[in-house]
Amino acid sequence: MGELLINTSGAPAPMLPFLIVSLIMFFAGVYGFFTRKNLILMLVSVELILNAVDLNFAVFNRYLFPGQMEGMFYSLFVIAIAACETAVAIAIIINVYRKFGNVEVDNIQNMKE
Amino acid sequence: MAEQIIFYILALVIAVFSIMAVTSKKVIRSATYLLFVLLATAGLFLMLNYYYLFAVQVTVYAGGVMILFIMAIFLTHKPGDEFKTKMNWKVKSSAILSVLGLLLSGYIVVANVTRIINYVSGKEMKMQELGVTMMGTEKYQFLLPFEAMSVLLLACIIGAIMIARKEKNNVESNNDLDK
Repeated sequence: MGELLINTSGAPAPMLPFLIVSLIMFFAGVYGFFTRKNLILMLVSVELILNAVDLNFAVFNRYLFPGQMEGMFYSLFVIAIAACETAVAIAIIINVYRKFGNVEVDNIQNMKE
Repeated sequence: MAEQIIFYILALVIAVFSIMAVTSKKVIRSATYLLFVLLATAGLFLMLNYYYLFAVQVTVYAGGVMILFIMAIFLTHKPGDEFKTKMNWKVKSSAILSVLGLLLSGYIVVANVTRIINYVSGKEMKMQELGVTMMGTEKYQFLLPFEAMSVLLLACIIGAIMIARKEKNNVESNNDLDK
């Protein structure tokens, strides 16, 4: 176990700690998505999940296929899609606030009155 | 050695702040913890020698998306609002579900990752190489997703404006108020 956590081959850390970190981030996001009622905080949880996926793409690319850069480009595209998704979702949230007066999910019964 | 210490500091920051971001009682604090997580992730990209990804993460995520979040929170919440959480059994069951998923995935990762530790110390990626890969049309080059992304951004701008604009009669009444 020791050689998995600390090595001396010039890397900052072996692959396993990176994966564990992104795993914790991912499941924190899952927990937040299940428990939060506020739309903005659900969006925060989704951002955590997407960020964990980004980190995984970069780590797998660096450790398993260091000569290629598909993982890095997938991370770039995931970041761009996350930015789009956040912009549209926040537009929807502001619209919901205008209609209903708050952004809690359980108060929103009908989408169009 | 110094790199390893920095890595473990960043890993600790990510773990602690991502859990605090989903358990904090105040909305603006939750967003701030998310900012810390995003910046620490950018630091991890830097440790993996992905300098371009680091720059994109800091500018797009920690810059743009966080500004969107904070503006949305300012527009929809009163300062100091504490919000109610879901029922207790729902919180408990989703906590149990998350921890079970964490343990299962962690077990799979730990059991399988031992045979694939070979870090090839990557040098910094040349910007020229990166641009050719992004703009090329051959195999392993990414012109089509890049262009699709530009169309998606345009659609996203139009969609956001369409959704967030006011209805026509509302606009007229607001204009009356302005006068």
